[in-house]
Amino acid sequence: MNNSSLSMIFLLLAVAGLVFGIGVVVISRRKARAVPQIQRAAHVEVIAPVFEAVAVAPLSVRDRLAKARSSLSGAVGSVLGRSEINDATWLELEEALLRADVGVRVAQSLLGALQTRVKAKEITTPAQLIDALRDNMSSQLVGTSRDLNFEANVGGPNIWLMVGVNGAGKTTSLGKIAAQQIALGRTVLMAAGDTFRAAAGEQLSTWAERSGAQIVRGAEGGDPSAVIFDGVQSAHSRNIDLVLADTAGRLQSNTNLMEELRKVRRVAEKGAGKVTEVLLVIDATTGQNGLQQARQFTEATQVTGVVLTKLDGSAKGGIVFAIETELGIPVKLVGLGETIDDLILFHPTEFIDALFE
Amino acid sequence: MFDNLSDRLGGVFKRLRGKGRLTPADVDEVMGEIRTALLEADVNVGVVRNVVERIRVQAVGTQVSEALDPGQQIIKIVNAELIAMLGGETLKITYASHPPTVVLMAGLQGSGKTTSAAKLAAWFRSQGRNPLLVGADLQRPAAVEQLRVLGAQIGVPVFSIAGDPVATAAAGLAEAQRLGRDVLIVDTAGRLAIDTEMMQQVADISKAVSPHYTFLVVDAMTGQDAVTVAKAFDETLAISGVILSKLDGDARGGAALSVKEVIGKPIAFAATGEKIDAFEQFHPDRMASRILGMGDVLTLIEQAEKVFEKDQAEATAAKLMDGEFTLEDFLDQLQQLKKMGSLSSVMGMLPGMPKEAKDAQISDDMVKVTEAIIRSMTAEERRKPEIINGSRRTRIAKGSGTQVSDVNKLVKQFSEMQKMMKRLGGGSGGKGSGKGGKGSGRGGLGAMFGGPPGAAHGGASGDIDLAAALGSRLSPR
Repeated sequence: MNNSSLSMIFLLLAVAGLVFGIGVVVISRRKARAVPQIQRAAHVEVIAPVFEAVAVAPLSVRDRLAKARSSLSGAVGSVLGRSEINDATWLELEEALLRADVGVRVAQSLLGALQTRVKAKEITTPAQLIDALRDNMSSQLVGTSRDLNFEANVGGPNIWLMVGVNGAGKTTSLGKIAAQQIALGRTVLMAAGDTFRAAAGEQLSTWAERSGAQIVRGAEGGDPSAVIFDGVQSAHSRNIDLVLADTAGRLQSNTNLMEELRKVRRVAEKGAGKVTEVLLVIDATTGQNGLQQARQFTEATQVTGVVLTKLDGSAKGGIVFAIETELGIPVKLVGLGETIDDLILFHPTEFIDALFE
Repeated sequence: MFDNLSDRLGGVFKRLRGKGRLTPADVDEVMGEIRTALLEADVNVGVVRNVVERIRVQAVGTQVSEALDPGQQIIKIVNAELIAMLGGETLKITYASHPPTVVLMAGLQGSGKTTSAAKLAAWFRSQGRNPLLVGADLQRPAAVEQLRVLGAQIGVPVFSIAGDPVATAAAGLAEAQRLGRDVLIVDTAGRLAIDTEMMQQVADISKAVSPHYTFLVVDAMTGQDAVTVAKAFDETLAISGVILSKLDGDARGGAALSVKEVIGKPIAFAATGEKIDAFEQFHPDRMASRILGMGDVLTLIEQAEKVFEKDQAEATAAKLMDGEFTLEDFLDQLQQLKKMGSLSSVMGMLPGMPKEAKDAQISDDMVKVTEAIIRSMTAEERRKPEIINGSRRTRIAKGSGTQVSDVNKLVKQFSEMQKMMKRLGGGSGGKGSGKGGKGSGRGGLGAMFGGPPGAAHGGASGDIDLAAALGSRLSPR
């Protein structure tokens, strides 16, 4: 043990003492006042639901992204309306980026670079500024492979693992990916690793029926690692190409559940088969916490790509800039609606165009 | 992790020390830090602009003196402002004179409506009511099934018929009247605020059941979009309040502040865990310090309350104050502490932890090592660590796979803590009396983390919160 860890012992002691002190306070005051204890219901574990809803008429990608007026477009119009670049220009652009959930740090780095160029007179007109901003944003998102990774000859099925917080859209995305992969001619088996949320297995079964995938389910409350392992074994014996493994939603701050997920990933590769994608599903409405999600889930499961869901709403999903630039995790798929065809490959330029138009 | 506001301001004020009065430029710098802190907490840009202006007005002219830490003064102003914004009147649930009292749940996909509906039903039951849940989410596969499972777990009946959600809701109302249930909770499908067709549908459901309360379920992790969504739902449904879900994560929850500020409706409930009873009425004061990243002592208290066995805690507390707290008891403490979650998350909730402590990788391995050392001691050694001599020390180190010096330090630090606790306990008067207990809790906080400047800041604000919150918690509901 080194020095810092030793001082940690003291902190530990202190924390224990503090917690204790607080316990005493609460209990003794309660007792003194004879406040009745609230009867707590039986401890039942639940998790928030994953979404799914009606089909909508298909529109083009751009139409759907632009359905909600973009936060940047207003600012761009106003910036272009001025004859020069002034303080108001910067403020407007910054606020617009922030409204798209890009985050303070990314917004400031994007604009800081531009401010330097304006000072150096490389950029002189508002129109040049907007173009430069657009280019900057695009250049942050290019250069990474966004294809879903499928490897032939791995001695078993490819395994794609879906992870994410509660309600991000893991089960639904998994269902859509299954349908698409089957359409590509691959055979797919779903492993219902969400053994925790009530009726998650039923939800996945519905998707299996819709897409024509096979499904392996375990008992509710069972060990997710075991269910996924069984899924892989069964896929291997039936010569199935791809196992799509669902997992229960969990908040990244919950250490025990993150440990469980680490185990899921480890056990998934125990038999024949290889984990070739770990997809982190992030809801486009997510704010700055998204970065923390990406960090923690990557730490536990080596995330290989992001699925950005619910981008057809008014949220812009700007947090993916920080995720890509700070953590180097590419966005691979975006969800633009509720039908199977609405889960599409991510195109950075379309994404940025939609922000600006 | 983001820096908390107190750290940020600490840096600014270090440079300002010695100045008599804050210049406008200084105030600008301070406001910049506050702005960044709020934005990183996902407070809406427009709301940030307004709140920073209000704080600026109050902060201009703040005296900079050594005695009165200006950083702390500013933090107080910010905290008070946020509480005022979040607070106002809390939503008081009243019941319809002609039952059932109808509650409609609405929100985006995945925000947590179904789970919140069940949790709310359990809450109503704890208030002595007899709710009926209606599953009107006929879109998401197995949503009604999920509600049925949850309903069965909490012993609340669930009603649903396939087909049309509006008809289901109306039939649910009739069913509640027939069964004599006095609260009706209608779960609806998630929908995007910009989906006019779906928004019309939820408006129709609302018309069919004429709800007394309409709750918008908002995910605590939501970013800037929260305001847009809340506005749209409020325009369609005239919501009565917000249920903030997934507040047990590490999101700062600026969405709560934004929604309250923009649509003026209170946050009624907050879901604070995966268990069905992890659902409570909202406390604005806690949210303020959370948004500012200043720790969450109150959540810590609650978690402690949940895991600590009451009798055991009282017994140990008595020992602690009499200085009879042994390593055996400490080991128990560690076990309890482990139940509260990872050490780092517990530490994260403590305000004013020294920066070194936060930066250091506090792993749960540390707990293991400490445990290992204690477990390698005999019962007698645990009770009376002073008997540990050279050969015992070597044995303990060997048994726990540590160095002799580690054992030494543990024993030494433990005896220091013991002394400190004894002093605090002795000074606070009778054990078990409310005041004494409070004194020891607060004194302990200050004394233990006192020292580094950062600690002094947070400790102080923690004290304020702790005292205020304890007062409000313990007053009759």
